[in-house]
Amino acid sequence: MPFKRYVEIGRVALVNYGKEYGRLVVIVDVIDQNRALVDAPDMVRGQINFKRLSLTDIKIDIPRVPKKKTLIQAMEVADVKNKWENSSWGRKLIVQKRRAALNDFDRFKVMVAKIKRGRAIRQKLGRLKRENAV
Amino acid sequence: MAPSKPRSKSRNPLLIPGIGKFSRSKMYHKRGIWALKAKHGGTFPRHDPKPAAPEPASKKPPKFYPADDVKTPVPNRRKPKPAKLRASITPGTVLILLAGRFMGKRVVFLKQLPSGLLLITGPFTVNGVPLRRVNQAYVIATSTKVDISGVNVDKFDDKYFAKDKKKAYKKSESSFFETEKQEKKLPQQKKDDQKAVDTPLIKAIEAVEYLRGYLGTKFTLRSGTKPHELQF
Repeated sequence: MPFKRYVEIGRVALVNYGKEYGRLVVIVDVIDQNRALVDAPDMVRGQINFKRLSLTDIKIDIPRVPKKKTLIQAMEVADVKNKWENSSWGRKLIVQKRRAALNDFDRFKVMVAKIKRGRAIRQKLGRLKRENAV
Repeated sequence: MAPSKPRSKSRNPLLIPGIGKFSRSKMYHKRGIWALKAKHGGTFPRHDPKPAAPEPASKKPPKFYPADDVKTPVPNRRKPKPAKLRASITPGTVLILLAGRFMGKRVVFLKQLPSGLLLITGPFTVNGVPLRRVNQAYVIATSTKVDISGVNVDKFDDKYFAKDKKKAYKKSESSFFETEKQEKKLPQQKKDDQKAVDTPLIKAIEAVEYLRGYLGTKFTLRSGTKPHELQF
């Protein structure tokens, strides 16, 4: 029941609205009740409303408002990129992006692959049923 | 002086449309009319008027004068240009037809004809679409391209696809009650043309895995797919 992900300095969050939609950012300071100062290696540091953020499980160790170099170093040490890409949330986002970028030809190939897979599964299942019915 | 090319740019730059930078006297000086006049002894050189063609001696007055003035229509000098081809459509692109008899089929684009229409082919043995013309507006261009270098499409133009004119049948009593049997057989020439275009195409298609099946399948939308979010 209690909260597990807190807004704190070093908390990695995902922007879920606005110009920076889909970007992973680090909370580097809290401005007031509604806003945080947020930074990322390839972004200019700026303020953002908490409502535009979705907190993740990842937290890194940084002082309040670190220099860009320190921030990047801390992110490397904590291995944020790999942790994110291996998490189930991160993996889902990657799959979504991949699916959205599919070509018409790619979508056809996916359809063919799904049919083949389904057929193989049903064949195996049929075989198992026959073996166990006897 | 020997005839020279006329000046392409005006010597009088426009400040605002309708107002030039230089006055009439300044332009007279700039154009060098004073030098021309000096060269020809004070007057601007003139040619003698060409001898006019003699008016035909027997010019009868017209038989009929219309009661009201008849307005002469303004001549239409407009020559329509062929439609500009979308940048995404290049020879060999796979297109999805959106309307007509072959709606939903995926076809190969060959070239744009002088009328602006696109020349496409199924290929015929893959999906039943023959050599055909199609309007660019009723087509989605995918990013899949087929290698079209082995195909020669020079002989095809709009005249190739023109319909044969039906013979005007005489409206006699007998023919009224007879059912006109229109023999519509496809000439062997067209079949040969189709084959000539398709054979190198099919070789190129077989080289890519799944491409033949792709071209044989129709494009469909399923529940939940949003066309405006699809990447083609």
